[in-house]
Formats: sequence, C-alpha cells, structure tokens
Amino acid sequence: MRSTVGSPAAGWCHFTHGADIGVCGFGPTRESAFEQGATALMAAITDEPVAQQERVRISCEAPDDELLFVEWLNALIFEMATRHMLFGAFSVTIRGHRLEAEASGERIDPARHRPAVEVKGATYTALKVTRQPDGLWLAQCVVDV
Amino acid sequence: MDPALLQRHGDFEWHIAPIGGMHVPAIIYADEALIRDMDDKVYEQVTNVARLPGIVKASYAMPDAHWGYGFPIGGVAAFDPDAGGIVSAGGVGFDISCGVRTMLTGLKREDIEPKKEELAEALYASVPVGMGSTGQIRLSPDEMDAMLDGGAQWAVERGYGDASDLERVEERGRMAGARPDFVSDKAKSRQRDEMGTLGSGNHYLEVQVVAELFDPQSAAAFGLNEGEVVVSIHCGSRGLGHQIGTEYLRDMALAAAEHGITLPDRELACAPIASDIGQRYLGAMRAGINCALANRQIIGHLAREVFARFFPQARLDLLFDVSHNTCKLEEHVVDGQPRRLYVHRKGATRAYGPGHPDLPAALRPVGQPVLIGGSMGTSSYVLVGTPESEARAFSSACHGAGRSLSRHAAVKRWRGQQIVEELAQRGIIVRSPSWRGIAEEAPGAYKDSEAVVNAADRAALARKVARLDPMVCIKG
Repeated sequence: MRSTVGSPAAGWCHFTHGADIGVCGFGPTRESAFEQGATALMAAITDEPVAQQERVRISCEAPDDELLFVEWLNALIFEMATRHMLFGAFSVTIRGHRLEAEASGERIDPARHRPAVEVKGATYTALKVTRQPDGLWLAQCVVDV
Repeated sequence: MDPALLQRHGDFEWHIAPIGGMHVPAIIYADEALIRDMDDKVYEQVTNVARLPGIVKASYAMPDAHWGYGFPIGGVAAFDPDAGGIVSAGGVGFDISCGVRTMLTGLKREDIEPKKEELAEALYASVPVGMGSTGQIRLSPDEMDAMLDGGAQWAVERGYGDASDLERVEERGRMAGARPDFVSDKAKSRQRDEMGTLGSGNHYLEVQVVAELFDPQSAAAFGLNEGEVVVSIHCGSRGLGHQIGTEYLRDMALAAAEHGITLPDRELACAPIASDIGQRYLGAMRAGINCALANRQIIGHLAREVFARFFPQARLDLLFDVSHNTCKLEEHVVDGQPRRLYVHRKGATRAYGPGHPDLPAALRPVGQPVLIGGSMGTSSYVLVGTPESEARAFSSACHGAGRSLSRHAAVKRWRGQQIVEELAQRGIIVRSPSWRGIAEEAPGAYKDSEAVVNAADRAALARKVARLDPMVCIKG
C-alpha cells in the first residue's frame, strides 16, 4: 500500500513494510527523485513543517544509483543525528555516481516537531532507482526505525 | 505463509529440505496459526540464509519470525569459521545488542498505584526518550573508547549501578574482543549525545506487575512473585550501533564479490569470518554490544534514582539483561561434538539451559531468564532456557511478537490521544513525546505475544515462567 503526496510530475510516498517504513521519491530527474525521497524520509519522522534556517552540505558516492540513494539517505540520517536537526528542503546534483547536495532545515524542537520515530538507517530492502515507463524517475527503499 | 510449502515435524516444527543451493535445511518453530500468519518473505529469507557459506545444522526461524533485512527477524544461524563460515552485518541488524533488562523492585502493585501518575512523570522527566533527546553524559574520546571496551562494567566503575549487577548481564556486562579502533569516528560522534537515552520506535521503559506464574519453581529462583512490581527497559546501542550497522553493511555488500560470495539479497551482505573485514566487523560489533550494555546499565541506574525518591526501601535488583541482535562466538554440541561457532541471533534471544557455565551460580540450576517484551499496553513474558534448547536452535528463543499492522496503517486506524485514554482506563499510564509515535505503537498493531510465547514453550525453545502486565509505559 502506498500513500502519495505531490503532483503527478514529482512527489513522495510511503509504502508498507512490516516493522518499518518504505520511503520513495519520484520526479522528472534522478536528482528530483532523490530530493523527494529525502522529503519522504522527513515525513516519516514528523508531520510538522520544518523551517529552512540552516544549510548543510552533503556529498557522497557509490558504485551505482541504488547504493547512492542509500548513501544519500544515510548521510541525511547522520546529519540529523549529530546536528540534532530536521531538514525541509533539498537541492541535489548527481554527476555519474557522485552526489553533491544542500539540505536546509532547523534544529529539532521535540515539543513542536513531535518526532514519531528515529530513523536508524536506510536499508537495501525494496531498494530501487529506476526510470519508469512514464519517464519519471523513482527512488525508494525501506528505512529501519 | 502456506503450511503446504513446509514439511511438518509435529505441531511446532516445520522444515524446508535443502533445495537450490541451500547447504542445510531451514527449520521454523511455530504453530500452524503462526505459520499461516507469517509473511511469505520469511520463507525466502530463511532459505536464503541456508545458502550462506559455512552454515551449520540449519537456518532457524523463531515463532515470531517476520520480514527482516536479509535475515528474517527472529532468525538464528550459526557458522563455522573453519569451514569458510561468514559473519553478516544484516544478521545482527542496525540496533546492535538491542535487548531487555528487568529489575525486581520488591514492591507490590498496591504500593505503586497511589503514586503511579507521579512515578510516571518522574521517570519520563529523568530518562531521555525520543528523537532529539540527549543524555547528561558527554564522553571524551578516551572515555568513549573505554566505554566501548568496558560495557556495563565501565558504567559500574563510573558509578552507574552496582558491581553485583554484572553477573546478571550477558557476558558479565562486558563483551570481550571489542575493538573501539574498528568503530568509525562518525559512529562515535553519533553516540556523543546519546549515552543514557532510550531512543524511539518500539523502545520503552515499563513498570510492570507480575500478573501470572506458570512455573513457580523457576519464578521463585528468579525472585518473581505474583503481584510484585518489576521495571523493564527495552533499548539498544543507539546511534553508534546504527552507524556501525550502516557502514559495515555497505562495506560487506561491496566486498562480497571479491570473497567469492554471491548474495541472493544485498541485505545478506556478509564476509568470511577470517577475512579482514569480517574481523573488523566483529570487533566493531562487539564494541556496539558494550555500548548497549552500558546504555541499559545507565538507564537502569536512572530508574533506580527515581524509585529511591518514591520508595526509599526499594532496591531494584537486576533479574537479568538479555540482548537479541548479536553475533557471538559460542561452543555448542553438534552431532555429539563440541564446536565453536559464530551464532547470529537477529531478533532472537539467547536461552541457555540449566547447568550452562556462563550463567551466574544462583541461576545455573534453573536456566537463563529469557525476557520477551510485549508491545505498549500488552503483556511481556519471562521464560527460562531449557535443556533441549541447544539442540533445538543453538539455545535460542523468540524476542517479541512482531507487528500485525504497518506503521502507516496504525496511524490511519488510531489516534495517539485515543490510545493513551484507552490505556489509562485500563490503569496503564503512558508517557511519550509523540502522539503519532503512540499511534504507530498501538497495542492492536502488534501480534499476540501470548501465542508466540506459547509456541516457544511448546517447541521447547524456552519454558514460560511468568507474565508481566504494564502499569506505566515510557515510550520514545
């Protein structure tokens, strides 16, 4: 079961996985799919809006697109954990299998954001980065909460 | 899962004979109803594990088995290092050494009831819970490494708890062979603010009452008396463990081909035990175990401090502390011969039977306490390791019940405030920073742990001793 948010051209979704949460992003480019996937990750944590007060630069690389998506989400998870932040906007550039990004967010306020879960890591379960028949890119995986 | 896919061996044991690259059979312990309720992925994953190099005897699944990462959650598999056996980061999981600690208060339910609300507020204020919470303890780099080497022993030396606690913790509170130098700086930085924190998701601290005894003799040996109150803590190695799992899963997945390992599922990322990366993972994973043991020791101490304010006479003696996401080098008898094997328990609890030399003297005649956490608002159980358990599944038992509804479905069905009110009407006080988190953890979202525990008992994995019902639940 998937619940999708966004427009037909770009958006994110959550999909069912037993104990944890599937996150997916889709869009006209790999980059937009990765950005939307990050938005799905944040939506798994909080329903509240996240202000864009602080920018964090992220870079990572991997041998293929799928491992790169996992690296991207895990880099965000690391930054959230160590900076005590949530992120609300993302700008991703991918060249080959190297990703450079900027994530904008704010320090977590438990009373306001009321985080439902703490994401432990992005997994290889249901991992997929692919261009679909309608031309949109899809990036998804399950995250362990 | 369709039982017709399996070969039935009695009412609680189901086999899958080796096919298609499996080195050993797969064996699932469950009754037929639990089998029918298991997702089909369990079949795929338990048979995939049976294809890994060096596996010994069988790939096991416990009665609470469900879809995991490579290994099924509730999966047990042992590997021989002298037969090209592997170690798998996916076979341990992201929350290294997640486990349960139960302490005996000696208090009765009627002692707690008049102070229950205040006690709940005090525990909630004292134990950091939820994402974004931070602990009081900040470790220097040297102290971080000391903690990763020393585990609960380190925590006791720093004033958290008592030396007498340590014999009631697996590995006497310190996992030998930890290599803090194999733990990355990123993992250590992720732990920097998280010592003594509970975490989130299905982690909790509960005040529970001993509601029913099934095995009075073992209960007496454990100090469990009907109507008395215990405190249970469920959490793991926090950010450090998660980062170790993340990094080594990736490194093993990338290195698999060079070790000649074909992975049917990338999540089964593994490496030969004897390889450099295998040894590095073992060293880091053992440090992660120590982090979890230290963390539960600290939280146990925080709980003791709170109880001391309300009940100065209460001691909160430690019954036992078990872990359910580990890989440990253990000696087991296989076909009449002792063998040293690396036993992965992914969402499964070690269950040493009576007489095991690793058990403390007071428990050795009885067997190891096996602590099975319920979900919020449902019963937890204490079991005891059996003489048969080693032969059944390398002395292993289940760890919980698993979800029946996804988080997404649970949030659609329930509101957090509704759950809190319903539980309050049943006399259970819940405190959590997130309504949505409570809804995701609704009791109805989990399977019936009683059925799982009964199956574990009937399959001789571990024997039922007592049922614990919640009075106060602090959730992340």
